[in-house]
Amino acid sequence: MTLSTLRLGYLPLIDAAPLIVAHELGFAAEEGLGLDLVRLQSWAQCRDMLGLGQVDAAHMLVPMPVAQALGLGPAFPRFDLAMVLAVGGQAIAISAHLADAMRARGHGFDFDDPVAARDALAAVAGGVLRVGVPFPFSTQAELVRRWLANTPLAKNVTIHTVPPPQMADALALGEVDAFCVGEPWASYAVERGVGTLLLAGRSIWAAPPEKGLVLTQDFTQAHPEETGRLMRAIWRAGRWLDQPDNRSTAAEIMSRTAYLNLPPELSERGLLGRLHISAAGEVRHFPDFIRFHQGAANFPWRSLAALFARRIAQLHGLDPTEAIATATACFRTDLYRQHLRSAGADLPGASARMEGAMAHPTAVASEKGQMILGPDAFFDGDIFDPAFALR
Amino acid sequence: MTRLSIIVVEQDRERALRIVDGLMASGSHDVVVIAEPAGLARRIADLKPDIVLIDVANPSRDVLEELALASGPLDRPVAMFVDRSDVALTRAAIEAGVSAYVVDGLQVDRIKPILDAAIARFHMFQKMRAELAATKAALEDRKIIDRAKAILMKARGIDEEAAYALLRKTAMDQNRRMADIAQQLVMAAGLLT
Repeated sequence: MTLSTLRLGYLPLIDAAPLIVAHELGFAAEEGLGLDLVRLQSWAQCRDMLGLGQVDAAHMLVPMPVAQALGLGPAFPRFDLAMVLAVGGQAIAISAHLADAMRARGHGFDFDDPVAARDALAAVAGGVLRVGVPFPFSTQAELVRRWLANTPLAKNVTIHTVPPPQMADALALGEVDAFCVGEPWASYAVERGVGTLLLAGRSIWAAPPEKGLVLTQDFTQAHPEETGRLMRAIWRAGRWLDQPDNRSTAAEIMSRTAYLNLPPELSERGLLGRLHISAAGEVRHFPDFIRFHQGAANFPWRSLAALFARRIAQLHGLDPTEAIATATACFRTDLYRQHLRSAGADLPGASARMEGAMAHPTAVASEKGQMILGPDAFFDGDIFDPAFALR
Repeated sequence: MTRLSIIVVEQDRERALRIVDGLMASGSHDVVVIAEPAGLARRIADLKPDIVLIDVANPSRDVLEELALASGPLDRPVAMFVDRSDVALTRAAIEAGVSAYVVDGLQVDRIKPILDAAIARFHMFQKMRAELAATKAALEDRKIIDRAKAILMKARGIDEEAAYALLRKTAMDQNRRMADIAQQLVMAAGLLT
């Protein structure tokens, strides 16, 4: 087996763990693959480097390849999402000022009741509520929009892009009143004493796909062998990460200077689902706060592409039917099936599903008959049916 | 021809000054430097520039991406500059470490001299940064090798030349860098004393 090296772009977040673990624990080497991990500073930089071939693959927000397919970005060769890297891992934080006001009115900060949190927030928000998200095309933006939709608060909400490492500063300086971001950046704001955690992303949508492995279609066509090796190495890293005993080790590795460059105690909170919601050290346990493998977390359901495409089309005045058709083609369930079957991944009978339909873990048809999905419900009981959306 | 208004987003003061000098040499423009990430979106919206230049690796780029999308009826549409007829220019810019956001409809022949000037300056910085990093790394390597040599000389009673030769041979045999072997030796010696 010839040893080839791939350059991978990532941003410093706990959901980059599958790439880092694939490298550090030798899952990539087992596939005869060297990984050159390049830490990047912004999602725009990540997209540009992939588009110009300066990295071979990238850790990217799941809605980004959708937006790119819909022409909302620079003219680069087509991007494909080969697999999902992480589900969940987001948290919503609010300013100390809002938190104090909510506490004064008796809100208990359970961290998992979106309706109670929203009502309590609405009671104290007064005027415009400015919410930071990491990128215009992000799962965080989707979560915030869903959470606040159809309420009086929705009319007064403005959504602003703030780079994750700057979220704490933006809250401290009063540029935003709240934000939704991937860990460890919400915990970082808590640690700095400027924010209080209000909700986990998974309390709004039980299975919010957060990051994906994105490659250009040119690359997957020109290098099918390397694409497969990379996908298998990352899939095995995800399986390792979802064994609970391994999470502390993962936090240690992720915290190193070369990766997150933060104390392990901070990266560990999201990985263990044990979050400090305030600087006073109030802890909330949220089991499966982030998933890297369980529940077919890595499968790039085409219905997810459709869901994000419909949202982006609505916001940018595009034809939703066309947008859904274009976007679903970029979620490469075919590559997933082709490359991960040999690694032992169970493969679902369908490539799309109804999003939000499962309130409980549910067994579904699959090749090995061992697939249990979900839960993936939206807090408000909404169900997104891609077949209906396409009509 | 009307003057173009250009914003340079750059925290390092000296670097910003040099970029401004380079831009001024390429023609007469109104150039404003924004150093702080705080309130960036609002300040850019207020200044209504024709072009924004920013380091490719600046985290605040994502804020500009949002500005580029938010084209309300009164906003001026802005886009990241990617010239479909001149991919080489985009590539050169990204490689030099600069990205440009330009107002829609601005002629490419007006953008090109500015981008060329920016590329030249940013490129110079990339090179300086790389050289500085390489020098630092080399210095660190030398320091650790010196310490490893001293440990070997003391422990085995050999002279400096022999200690150096031993380190080099070990590194070659193990197909590793000499500095890595030295690092391990220094660490092990630290544990043993």
